[in-house]
Amino acid sequence: MTQEIAQTPKRKLLWQLFSSTFYISMFTFGGGFVIITFMKRKFVDTLHWIDEKEMLDLAALAQSSPGAIAVNAAILVGWRVCGALGMAVAVVGTILPPMIILSVISLFYAAFATNPYVALVLRGMQAGVAAVILDVVCSLGAGVIKERSALSIVLMIAAFLATFVLDVNVVYIILAAALVGVGKILVLRRARKEGAK
Amino acid sequence: MMTLLELFWSFLQVGLFSIGGGYAAMPLIQAQVVEQHPWLTMSEFTDLITIAEMTPGPIAINSATFVGIRIAGLGGAVVATFGCILPSLLIVSILAKIYYKYKGAKGLDTVLSCLRPAVVALIAGAGLSILGTVLFGESAVALQNVDLVGAGLFVAAFFALRKLKWNPILVMSLCGVAGLGINLLLHGLPA
Repeated sequence: MTQEIAQTPKRKLLWQLFSSTFYISMFTFGGGFVIITFMKRKFVDTLHWIDEKEMLDLAALAQSSPGAIAVNAAILVGWRVCGALGMAVAVVGTILPPMIILSVISLFYAAFATNPYVALVLRGMQAGVAAVILDVVCSLGAGVIKERSALSIVLMIAAFLATFVLDVNVVYIILAAALVGVGKILVLRRARKEGAK
Repeated sequence: MMTLLELFWSFLQVGLFSIGGGYAAMPLIQAQVVEQHPWLTMSEFTDLITIAEMTPGPIAINSATFVGIRIAGLGGAVVATFGCILPSLLIVSILAKIYYKYKGAKGLDTVLSCLRPAVVALIAGAGLSILGTVLFGESAVALQNVDLVGAGLFVAAFFALRKLKWNPILVMSLCGVAGLGINLLLHGLPA
């Protein structure tokens, strides 16, 4: 697998890395999980830089780290292919398309949003986006309930009350959930030790 | 200069605490740019999420660029985006090293299993406040203030997504067109 990387001149490697991540990022709508399938197609199937099993591991890592999945995956692939320089190139390739597009949009937004026709279209689309988000929430929530873990369900309800009713800072809620996770590790570890005795 | 630092610090927190991808960043962005800083109104934030949905790229990067450029120009966009990806750069490379050393991390899975339900609840909270903007706009939350067109479009869109499994971008576009059409029919051409 790494043969392909070793045999390619470094400049060509970096250029391929940049153009691939730029292209993938440009045409990926709908967030992180989608981008990983595109990356697999490019880096595993076409360029043979990474094998399939490793790509799955990278995807798992990208999803479990903080930040955008697309950026995390670019960091991992770039690092794997060409070290720190590869990482920088892959990240720039990934963030440039959304940066360019949103810069253009935000320049026009003020003029755009005050146009009465555009404002009506945007208001209609807001109803659509609320539906899209709450549809995703229903699927994710059903997934949590299907785990049949009392702890997960209690955490979900408690976090909802904290954010929506009590207005607790989002960061504290995430930290609290992470602490519960650390507590769970400690309890599991103690249980395992007791079991060993 | 102060604004640039604030932008950097705000989006650093977005990058650091959004775990799980996709919509996980949304409640954090809302907290930073609507609640803790007067950078966007809830209605502008909802427009931003709509735009982010219709364009490629992660919501966090889209938001950092949009907010950064409106608050402090192109430099603001670059600073906010850099703040957003800096935690990833550090943490992902450390996790990758640990991962390749031990091949799998059992503890991480356990922590994530507790984070997931909380993140779902946070996304629900952000989604409901967006729904609130759709139903009530900037007016008080009361039954007589409900925007019936918005409510009708929301119910139709939810049905199309949930039961008919339509594509989200298609649903949002149709909502935009329908919103324009219905309002023109009801109120005539805007002045």
